[in-house]
Amino acid sequence: MTALLEIADYRLAFDTFDGTAQVLDGIDLTLEAGGTLGIVGETGCGKSVLARSLMALNPMPPARVVSGQIRFRGSDILGMSDREMRRLRGRAISMVFQDPASYLNPLLAIGTQMEDAIRGQDAAVGERQRPRAAARARAAELLAAVGLPEPARLLDSHPHQLSGGMRQRVLIAMALAGDPVLLVADEPTTALDVTVQAQVLALIARLVAERGLALMLITHDLGVVAAACARVAVMYAGTVVEEAATADLLSRPLHPYARGLIAAVPDLDHPERRPQGIAGSIPSLITPPRGCRFHPRCPVATERCRSEKPLRREILPGRSIACHHATP
Amino acid sequence: MLGYLLRRIGLAGLMLFGLVCLTFVISNVAPSDPAALAAGPDAGRSQIEQARRDYGLDKPLPEQFLRYLTDLAHGDFGRSIATGRSVGTDLARYFPATLELVILAMALGVLLGVPLGVLSALRKDGPADHATRIFAVSGIALPPFWFGLLLQLAFATWLGLLPTSGRLSVFTEPPPPITGLLLVDSLLTGNFGLFREALSHIILPAIVLSLPCLASILRVNRSEMVEALRMDYVTAARAHGVTPWRIVMVHALKNAMLPTLAIIGLRWGWMMSSTVLVETVFDWPGIGLYAVSSAIAGDFKPVMGVTLIVGLNFMIANLIVDLLYGVLDPRLRRA
Ligand SMILES: Nc1ncnc2c1ncn2[C@@H]1O[C@H](COP(=O)(O)OP(=O)(O)O)[C@@H](O)[C@H]1O
Ligand code: SF4
Ligand SMILES: [Mg+2]
Repeated sequence: MTALLEIADYRLAFDTFDGTAQVLDGIDLTLEAGGTLGIVGETGCGKSVLARSLMALNPMPPARVVSGQIRFRGSDILGMSDREMRRLRGRAISMVFQDPASYLNPLLAIGTQMEDAIRGQDAAVGERQRPRAAARARAAELLAAVGLPEPARLLDSHPHQLSGGMRQRVLIAMALAGDPVLLVADEPTTALDVTVQAQVLALIARLVAERGLALMLITHDLGVVAAACARVAVMYAGTVVEEAATADLLSRPLHPYARGLIAAVPDLDHPERRPQGIAGSIPSLITPPRGCRFHPRCPVATERCRSEKPLRREILPGRSIACHHATP
Repeated sequence: MLGYLLRRIGLAGLMLFGLVCLTFVISNVAPSDPAALAAGPDAGRSQIEQARRDYGLDKPLPEQFLRYLTDLAHGDFGRSIATGRSVGTDLARYFPATLELVILAMALGVLLGVPLGVLSALRKDGPADHATRIFAVSGIALPPFWFGLLLQLAFATWLGLLPTSGRLSVFTEPPPPITGLLLVDSLLTGNFGLFREALSHIILPAIVLSLPCLASILRVNRSEMVEALRMDYVTAARAHGVTPWRIVMVHALKNAMLPTLAIIGLRWGWMMSSTVLVETVFDWPGIGLYAVSSAIAGDFKPVMGVTLIVGLNFMIANLIVDLLYGVLDPRLRRA
């Protein structure tokens, strides 16, 4: 059986004014139907670009596919026409975004935005667009499903009248409009108040469980991953350096970068231990370090790391690492 | 929305009062002596003083100002000193000609500028974008009288398709005014022959007047569309499956129209106050020509009248723009 989503040797570059940035450098990931995968890594390592790739939302140009495939249910979405891609958007793959304030149109009523999405999805699969009233009824249903009170009133309001948490719920409701099978959530709680972060996360977890959705959850919060994802991939500068079951990775990270990332989290059981961050900062993606992209910051780097790029290999069942010196 | 509206109207009222004060002050610091003008070139000192008393120019300034205000409140713009005609009557005759020209020029500017702006944004850096850029730059740079003469040469002299001057042929009796706008009046009375004739007269001056306006609407709309199409909400709309047409024409364009609307308001005022060149080239009997010929004669009442009418018009246009802003942007409605 083929996996729901298979990303193979995916490389994406951005042609910018300063040069070509090799933003994604050979990503390999697999997600089964109903599976949950967390993606963690520092800001700027390419998480959002990867997420947008799944829905062909990166602006091309400047973005350019260098190599690889992204197979969704066996067919490569990188080779799809815009029309084919539109059949998938919202209906098969949906996305929840980081900042609900900027991802809702400030000038359009919530109802209008939801109806447009619902009717646009009708059109994308070649069906007659359902009447606005029917789309509106569906929108109200979706708002109720994400726990928003008074859907009818909400449909007539505009984004600025809603709190951040409500806006994110609206965006989640919109993502569910076409009954997708894969939900991509790009830091869905980062821009929210701490008090509503847990609620929104719980909502996503509930919807994923109830509907049997596959989830790709991007975050830089390991606690979020622990709560919502069975597996986790750690990204560094456009590469996946470690992929493992969440519990395994959190209890015993093997890749030096993953170790640093987990050491950076304050240990609540041992408050006297100071969190150890990773020295240095992420490298330029225009002139990335040769060999292992992590070597300038790696405490155990050797000569080999400076010249030879480590390939990710399975060193334990269900656990793979891209490091010359990692041992089980 | 009501509060927003009332504040805007209040502001416009204040501006109008400021404008009235300004026209009054300007007419009093102008170097020419209106009494001497009224009395005629051969008048002696006593006749000039007589004229000064007749026009109330011997009264103290505050009293003159008060009288000016009361007259205006009764719709009385005073009399031209040079011709003795009522300025109000003159304005009623000349203003519709200018208004018709400006409305048509603005319609051309919006109806062509906005779609071309959208098109260039969608085809950013493509041939269509470069073509509209060249068009827009020349539209702003071409001197209107030169462009007007060129069009006259092409369409009237060479092709013989269109007339060169006036609102109607000299042999046509102007119809009794309903709105004063010939295109509207001829349609209201079902006189299509007259409509065609009025259209053939107005089209060239309207094109000349609209070109800079069209160009700036196009450029602003293009850059705002480019900006809007890059926004997160457009990415989200695409992700949610909204149709491309709806994304461009509603989700992005509505946002791009806010700044475009501001330019439209500014350009409206600009066209109202700069029709004189076009009116000269096309012998168009509008307020531009009226104001300039009065000013040359040192006749200040018509100039004050024109300034007020143009200013009032500008304010109404701004008010409409503000209201449209409120209609487009729900964030403004709240306050
Ligand atoms: N439209 C773009 N043009 C140029 N570079 C981009 C663009 N989008 C993202 N990038 C670059 O891609 C890299 C990864 O960005 P991103 O995926 O947003 O990181 P994050 O992991 O924080 O989500 C960054 O270096 C960013 O500068
Ligand atoms: S390959 Fe070398 S530099 Fe890279 S993480 Fe492993 S030890 Fe560090
Ligand atoms: Mg990001």
